[in-house]
Amino acid sequence: MTVSAEIELQSFVLLRLGERRFAVSARQIAELVAPSRVFRFPHHTPRLEGVILRRGRIVPVCDVSEALLGKRLTSRRFYLIAVRNYGTQREWIAIPVTGECELINAEMMAAVESDAPHVGGWLSHDGDVIEVLNLDMLTPGTEQTSVQAAAPPTVEARP
Amino acid sequence: MRLAAPAKSSPAKTEQIILFRVSGQLFAVSSASVQEVRSADSMSGAAMEISAPGLRKVRHVVRRGDRSLFIVNGAMHFGLHAAEGALLFVLRKTRTALLIDGIDKMATMTRLQALPLSFCHEERQWYRGLTALDQSVVPVVKPEGFLSPEELALLDAALLQADNTAAAAALEEADSPQ
Repeated sequence: MTVSAEIELQSFVLLRLGERRFAVSARQIAELVAPSRVFRFPHHTPRLEGVILRRGRIVPVCDVSEALLGKRLTSRRFYLIAVRNYGTQREWIAIPVTGECELINAEMMAAVESDAPHVGGWLSHDGDVIEVLNLDMLTPGTEQTSVQAAAPPTVEARP
Repeated sequence: MRLAAPAKSSPAKTEQIILFRVSGQLFAVSSASVQEVRSADSMSGAAMEISAPGLRKVRHVVRRGDRSLFIVNGAMHFGLHAAEGALLFVLRKTRTALLIDGIDKMATMTRLQALPLSFCHEERQWYRGLTALDQSVVPVVKPEGFLSPEELALLDAALLQADNTAAAAALEEADSPQ
């Protein structure tokens, strides 16, 4: 077996937030869409701006820029729609990003204990070291997993 | 990545809803949950002031036989800009009369989507879910979500105290020499 065969390449989507790039496992990405109207309503969950309608689904919009960059994005060009795990359930979440995304194959280095909880690992690309995001830790919802897992994702209206 | 398509049952059931506004924000409630719609003025004569510590959204209570209805200011409940409130929804099977700005319209809801799991704070108690209506998304309120059991206990204690104070004052007045 050659050395190159032992390296496990994975697919990642590189996204841009302001001047920085981050990576998310390609397995978690549903699509990249143009910004659409955000419907807002009262709630108390930080980072959630509201929801968008996409293919008949209501998808929450979660701005992660403040958590990752320390400031909110002033411009956004796309929503990266990713899959977020809540225990055994999975739902879409829309993340505003500032630029085109790129699909790459790379080897991920595991995160270490001192890394922030949202860091799933690291990869090297084009001379940059890029954080691989763990969306389950970065976006809200983790603390309610057990309670929410019991609720059905969709219910028909009842008279 | 694809997610499982939302579960469908056939035939789809529909539900009549009332779209209403609080501080400019649109909400929906099942029409079956609304027992009465009254103007706020019509209730003001029968309303008694009440003050429960830490509970600013309820300022008045209305007695109906042996039942007490707590008037919940919708704007304060949702943390919206203060609004006067022109109408009251008396919500069935609750002790809540909800103060709102006005009714927008009646509509038929064909599908209620559970609140996305990302929403993980008090809003899970506030809403039954979200519905897409006329290319818009409207939260559908949970009638029992306006007052928690803890809040009801606080209000009942405040009500008892107010009653005792009123009874003591009445006794004092009766005992005082003419």
